[in-house]
Amino acid sequence: MAIPAEQTYLRTVPAERLPPPAERAGALGWLRKNLFSSPGNIALTFVCVVFLAWTVPPVLRFFIFNAVWSGTDREACLASPANRDPGACWAFVRVWFSYFVYGFYPIVERWRVDVFFLTLAFGIGWLAWLSAPRRDLGAVYFFVVLPVLSYMLLSGAPRLGLIDIPTALWGGILVTIVVATVGIAVSLPLGILLALARRSDMPAVRVFAVTFIEFVRGVPLITVLFMASVMLPLFVPERLSPDKLLRALIGVALFASAYMAEVVRGGLAAVPRGQYEAAQSLGLPYWRMMAFVILPQALRVTLPNIVNTFIGLFKDTTLVFIVGIFDFLGTIEAARADPRWATPITSVTGYAFATLFYFICCYGMSRYARNVEIRLARAHRR
Amino acid sequence: MPQSVRPSSSRAARRTGNIALQVGLVVIVGGTAYAAIHNAAQNLAHSHITSGFGFWNNTAGFDISQTLFAYSASTSTFGRAFWVGLLNTLLVASLGIVFATVLGFAIGIARLSRNWLVAHLAGGYVELIRNVPLLLQLLFWYNSVLRALPLVRGSVSLPGGGLLNNRGLFLPRPEIAAGFGYVLIAFVFGIAASAGLHLWRRRRQDRTGEPMRIVWPALGLIVAMPAVLFVIAGLPLSFSLPTMGRFNVTGGVEILPEFAALLVALSVYTAAFIAEVVRAGVAAVPYGQTEAAQALGLRSGTTLRFVVIPQAMRVIIPPLTSQYLNLIKNSSLAVAIGYPDLFQVFAGSVLNLTGQAVEVVAITMAVYLFISLVTSLVMNLYGYALAVEER
Repeated sequence: MAIPAEQTYLRTVPAERLPPPAERAGALGWLRKNLFSSPGNIALTFVCVVFLAWTVPPVLRFFIFNAVWSGTDREACLASPANRDPGACWAFVRVWFSYFVYGFYPIVERWRVDVFFLTLAFGIGWLAWLSAPRRDLGAVYFFVVLPVLSYMLLSGAPRLGLIDIPTALWGGILVTIVVATVGIAVSLPLGILLALARRSDMPAVRVFAVTFIEFVRGVPLITVLFMASVMLPLFVPERLSPDKLLRALIGVALFASAYMAEVVRGGLAAVPRGQYEAAQSLGLPYWRMMAFVILPQALRVTLPNIVNTFIGLFKDTTLVFIVGIFDFLGTIEAARADPRWATPITSVTGYAFATLFYFICCYGMSRYARNVEIRLARAHRR
Repeated sequence: MPQSVRPSSSRAARRTGNIALQVGLVVIVGGTAYAAIHNAAQNLAHSHITSGFGFWNNTAGFDISQTLFAYSASTSTFGRAFWVGLLNTLLVASLGIVFATVLGFAIGIARLSRNWLVAHLAGGYVELIRNVPLLLQLLFWYNSVLRALPLVRGSVSLPGGGLLNNRGLFLPRPEIAAGFGYVLIAFVFGIAASAGLHLWRRRRQDRTGEPMRIVWPALGLIVAMPAVLFVIAGLPLSFSLPTMGRFNVTGGVEILPEFAALLVALSVYTAAFIAEVVRAGVAAVPYGQTEAAQALGLRSGTTLRFVVIPQAMRVIIPPLTSQYLNLIKNSSLAVAIGYPDLFQVFAGSVLNLTGQAVEVVAITMAVYLFISLVTSLVMNLYGYALAVEER
């Protein structure tokens, strides 16, 4: 059937492209979708904006615009005609800064602490950068070379011309870093051993591991620290009584090991059974199977959890302050009690500075863990 | 050169090796324990410290700032001090669990909000709080917020007759008159009757498929009935308001600043972790479940209540339990600000007075271990009850 010519319609040019729907396009569309999609949403947005308008300006004023940046004593941070409403007293932090970092470490020897920080940063970078060359050497460096080197640097090696510095003089960020690093360097190997012991088929070994792990995980860290600092001296002959920092280190390391063991156990459980069977059918003995087949996979899978455990450990190092060791928080507490700086805002400033330090360290680590997780997920999908 | 693989030893040889290893472990652990006990006995004898639990019934001789039952320094024993401290720990931990759960669920749900601003504010809260040590937050709340409150003379008056100053928070004390018992009985009866109504409703719905709303009858039973009785009985409840003196406040219920700081710090800190647990739990429910519910025509509230939350709860319970355990253990940080919890009273004061480190620390650890075990038992039972509903 022929169609009359006047009734045919044939498009010869493509139709003009329509603009995307208004509610999806551009900044306005984004706003409409994310902030004003319904009356309830509009109300929520309004509440949030009011909240931000009410809190953000005073906070900025306090910490930045009205803050006192320089000065030599409390006079600078008290209300005066020039500054009626003084904000954070950063001058206090500047004056006490070296105490916050080194404690009472002798000033002429502080370069040793700096070198320690550098060697440590190098080791952490080597291990944390997943595609760094020779990460096995990095592990040897971190778990064997670094501890010996750090001990000689910080505590002293008279034969090399480094005078002894008693740990009572250590303090501040130095102690925080030392406690955290010793914690991780001991707890990772010990945690792996405990995790293996817990999965072992030897009853005595398993019972020992389970008892230790569950006991430590069931009590607060502060009781473990108290046990280390009050009971440990009782358990060894009087002349061998270990020094205060060492006692706290033992407590922290044992505590962290129990938590690390559970994390590693999770990683071990994630390795498919076939991997064990394949290794056994190749005739690998237990330790070689673990070292070359199982653990590399288990630790890789659980690396984000290891980092998260380490974040917890890093925050928990503040507790050594309760047993009388001047870690970073301890130095803040000591400095804010200084009568030369007694103002209503000294404490807040000190805590704000500490918050900044801990937040940067912990948030950085948690971002790292997140990235590793994403990377692993990608590798897994491939 | 290819490395030669040692043939695995025969089963019998491996078995002897295993037994030797275990015997070795037992000998090492036993030997260390023996040496430790031997040394401890010697050291204690040197410093003339008695051992054993005889101190339990000795007079304590120190004061405790918050006691939930009668305690006096001059007559009460160390044993009584122990119970006072334990009760204080349980008080702050249980209130902390309640507040942290409420706040944590609210923030966890806010993080999942479709409103960008709400989700990111909640996210900011979680990141800030989780990445700062609890001890630092505790010291901040105590030293910078509560200690910085005005003196007694300049107390802040709260609506309802409360007073707030650097000695603590003073709330009106309820005074109960005769007849209040009936109101309480009515209240309890109302709750029981509502629970019965709920069960009956559910059984009826299972049988007939007819839904039924019981919100109003339940409200009437729980709120209105006791309220009417309360009026009939002649308002048998009055409040004694705290009054400001020169240096101190008299009357009312006193809430110590140490207690308030610890409670706030624990709740705020744990809430951030619970928010993450809740977020992860809800995210673990596949989106297909929500879509299926929508396809059935359920509204978003109903979808949440009957489809998403029941499934999310099963994922949430185990990590939530460990957050509760953390909160209980973290309550021992009380010692840093001087709130008389179990740790501060026992491992602090009692340890200093008796010098019996071994016994005191052992008792303290055993109690925390016991509380942890009971809590995880209760939460496991709850998780089990949820899991039973599964196919």
